[in-house]
Amino acid sequence: MAANNSKAGQTDKCASVHVRRVIAYIVLILISFLCLFWFYVLFINATRSNAELGGGFTPVPSNHFIENWTNLKNGTLPIFNGMLNSLIISVLTATLATYFSTMTAYAIHAYQFKAKKFMFTFILMVMMIPTQVTALGFIQLIGKMGLDNTAIPLIVPAIASPAVFFYMKQYMDSTLPLSLIEAARIDGSGEFKTFNQIVLPLMKPAIAVQAIFSFVASWNNYFTPALVLHEDKKKTLPILIAQLRAADWLKFDMGQVYMMIAFSIFPVIIVYLILSRHIVSGVTLGSVKG
Amino acid sequence: MNKKSKVVRYNKWGYIFLIPFIVTYVVFQLVPLVSTVYNSFFENYRSGLTQIGPNFVGLQNYVTIIQNGDLPTYFANTMIMWVMCFVPQIIISLLLGAWFTDPSLRLKCQQFFKTVIYLPNLIMASAFAMLFFTLFADSGPINSMLMQIGVLDEAYKFMSNVWSVRTLIATMNCLMWFGNTTILLMAGMMGIDTSLFEAAQVDGATATQIFYRITLPLLKPILVYVMITSLIGGLQLFDVPQILTNGTGDPMRSSMTLIMYLNKHLYSKNFGLGGALSVILFIVTGILSLIVYKITVKEED
Amino acid sequence: MKKRVISFLAIATMTASMFAACGGADTATETTGTASDAAEGGSSEVATPAEDTGTVLNIQCWNEEFKSRVTDHYPGYEEVDATHGKIGDVDVVWNITPSDDNAYQNHLDEALLNQENASADDKVDIFLVEADYALKYVDQPYTMTMADLGISDSDLSDQYKYTQDIVTDSNGNLKGSSWQACSAGLIYNREAAKEVLGTDDPTEVQAAVADWDKYNETAAKVADAGYTMCSVNDTYRVYSNNVSGKWVQDGKVVVDKNIDKWVDDSMALVESKAEDTDDLWGDDWGKGKLPEGKVFCYFGPAWFFNFSLDADKEGTIANKGGWGFCEGPQSYYWGGTWICAATGTDNPNLVKDIILTMTTDKTVLKDIAQKDSDCVNSKSVLAELAADDSGNLDILGGQNPYEQLAAGAEGIDLSNLSAYDQGCNEEFQNAMKNYFEGNATKDEALDMFKKAIVEKYPDVTAE
Repeated sequence: MAANNSKAGQTDKCASVHVRRVIAYIVLILISFLCLFWFYVLFINATRSNAELGGGFTPVPSNHFIENWTNLKNGTLPIFNGMLNSLIISVLTATLATYFSTMTAYAIHAYQFKAKKFMFTFILMVMMIPTQVTALGFIQLIGKMGLDNTAIPLIVPAIASPAVFFYMKQYMDSTLPLSLIEAARIDGSGEFKTFNQIVLPLMKPAIAVQAIFSFVASWNNYFTPALVLHEDKKKTLPILIAQLRAADWLKFDMGQVYMMIAFSIFPVIIVYLILSRHIVSGVTLGSVKG
Repeated sequence: MNKKSKVVRYNKWGYIFLIPFIVTYVVFQLVPLVSTVYNSFFENYRSGLTQIGPNFVGLQNYVTIIQNGDLPTYFANTMIMWVMCFVPQIIISLLLGAWFTDPSLRLKCQQFFKTVIYLPNLIMASAFAMLFFTLFADSGPINSMLMQIGVLDEAYKFMSNVWSVRTLIATMNCLMWFGNTTILLMAGMMGIDTSLFEAAQVDGATATQIFYRITLPLLKPILVYVMITSLIGGLQLFDVPQILTNGTGDPMRSSMTLIMYLNKHLYSKNFGLGGALSVILFIVTGILSLIVYKITVKEED
Repeated sequence: MKKRVISFLAIATMTASMFAACGGADTATETTGTASDAAEGGSSEVATPAEDTGTVLNIQCWNEEFKSRVTDHYPGYEEVDATHGKIGDVDVVWNITPSDDNAYQNHLDEALLNQENASADDKVDIFLVEADYALKYVDQPYTMTMADLGISDSDLSDQYKYTQDIVTDSNGNLKGSSWQACSAGLIYNREAAKEVLGTDDPTEVQAAVADWDKYNETAAKVADAGYTMCSVNDTYRVYSNNVSGKWVQDGKVVVDKNIDKWVDDSMALVESKAEDTDDLWGDDWGKGKLPEGKVFCYFGPAWFFNFSLDADKEGTIANKGGWGFCEGPQSYYWGGTWICAATGTDNPNLVKDIILTMTTDKTVLKDIAQKDSDCVNSKSVLAELAADDSGNLDILGGQNPYEQLAAGAEGIDLSNLSAYDQGCNEEFQNAMKNYFEGNATKDEALDMFKKAIVEKYPDVTAE
């Protein structure tokens, strides 16, 4: 951001900037420590044996990393399958949630129609219903629709994600000028095409943000998948982790549990790193507005 | 004439673009929702595997919930923990957002810091809780550290005192979600034309002025979003206290939240009381959100 | 704190369709009404089950324990993959739902309620239960009696009675069987016993904890010596296994004398710092595995020795063989898995054979005892193990605990079980923790317990 643009002449201003910068760094480093510390502990725990873990916390790694990994890999749980399932479900959920929520938000943002205000209020109200409430009826419904033990009920409902919609709508309010859409129309672009080729790219930072949120939420979701998926090969990672923790006493091994947690966090970190590029250095709409 | 029909033709796309949302919503959520409301007027639960009801009882479920008088307590618990979590969270988020967008600060390693803050959210709440239990155990590292430096004489039971439990819940929740808020705000800030900041700087505006005069107003829609969704998320505070207190909300239910209370009724598949409670929660959330929305939108005008 | 997809924990507990639930329950009652009528005159009359028609054997369970027992010990079982196997022409499907957040019971509830309408290949044939909630399923027509399966009392005569009490319904019909007998006792730290009592001999230590009065006296001495006896949550099972009445009587929750005694005894011990209030399995509770933890004893059954005491870790008491075992103040059990047959199974003969082989065949049981260290549900096998040195355990400094375990198993009386036990025991301990830790008076804690019970079981009243 305008790194070469330092025009500050007065020394006191310079000094105050300096002080503020030092404070900022201290706070940022402290926060970063608080954020990274947990990953460090998880990693340490993944290197410890079950008996060692029973002894509580230590900051030093142990030497059971390979052993935990081999035990986990050669165990009866299909962890690679689980990861694949988690990936498929989470990627599709994130894609559907962001794409269709942007579309819904665009419908409310860009068009004038009778039910517009009602729809906006309605979707906001939907957002206020405790998720718990519908989830119970939801599971019954899945059974009746014959979708038990399939991934569909975990993916398709993401199309109607009121919170994602609300964010997209707010984001459009602050950054998407209607004049741009008018311009596209004058150029003869169809509405669907305008949405896909002009609006979507402009929404990239917002989409990246909500894609991460949806992805992570879906990745870490335990209860709905636990009730919907029954076959080991269809299960997602959180269910397999719970299964590992519920192991009988001959097989119980916290070392493996921590290894599995580490294993299941790894892909999310990668997905996050990829998507976060779009947020932190995403398209700035300023260029369009100007 | 021609122009008007064209506008109408455009606007029908508004409906078309709404179709996927509406269809999905009706199929997967409206049916369960309607049955929730419907069920709130019935006695309807399971004792073991035996179904009791449904018997129509009118407003009896609502009366039961209001009469037992615990709801205000759980509401207060929820709000206390939400405030304890939300205030530091929004302050940190705004501060970080301001720093990251402040051209005069020219922070290095921004990419690193921006990336790191969201990371705690990637850890499952249950895994996070396992680490918290280990750290804050009587014989855990926090206690032994405090005892070594002489702050404590004997181990402090973090999970047995009202305020320490609430603080732990708020801390864990805050850690997990502040990155989330910061990212939302930052994505909003990225949408602000950087030339605005530069122009303001050239005009001699201080960092504080830039923040209050440019960043905040332009960020308003996103801030409204953050406020409302945080409020809703706060009222629905559940998984962290549930896991950290093992579902009890102890000591003496001082950390029991509204949804944890709802959850208690779901054990017996008590559709009646659970439904009534949900309807009450929905009304409370609606009123509070409306207030927040009205206040923020009014300011905008 | 964004509006997030809150993990749907337990919400999904309310899974059942109310309509399906009603219909299912009614029809199931009708169909099995006749079956239990037939068996009413006591379980001596044994039916011959219908012929097997199913090609798929569905087993509902929450972990891999029973699967590994079947894989290792059931003749003719071939493993196909982690959740599939074959017995002859029949495909065996293991449906594993973890028990976290009650997911297993929720899933099992739905499966059983839907049993009538399920297609032949989806019908549940076998399901496993734990003692805490066994009656919820056993006292229902969804579970077959052993008599209807063709298993007679004499087939099961070598089992301990308490293991049968757990799966006996309110009409006296036996509806399940277990290969494990998890009678439990007091596992004491030999060093501490020498220091406090001047001996680590199991008989003499037993004399010092033979009843609760003696136990409390010993606890005072233990505290004076700088040790903690154990956690109040360790002793709870012992008290709660020896109640004089059920938790719920005539629709009203009743706190038994012995449970009340637990509260008072425990509070006195907590106040004198002889016991602590640590939750089981937590880091603080586990500190007694090391000598520095200064814990006098744990309460546990045979599986506890291996599972919880970390014998393979340097420096633990178990590693040096520093534990001893005695029966403790009262007989009790902890743990175990029961096999039940689901009404409507299309493989009754196979189910019968699995139950008989896994829970009554002495060769198999001895094999299980030796290979998997389960304390098996067979009087004669335990007697054999008690009689020779093969039952000596390093962890206990060479002591053979089987005599005490067998004696304990004989002494357990579980005639006062109810279907509400899981919730009542859990909520009672949770509520009383507030009292022990000084956050509530005893009456406030009792009120909290009653409140929690009424929430959990709307059909139960507290006053």
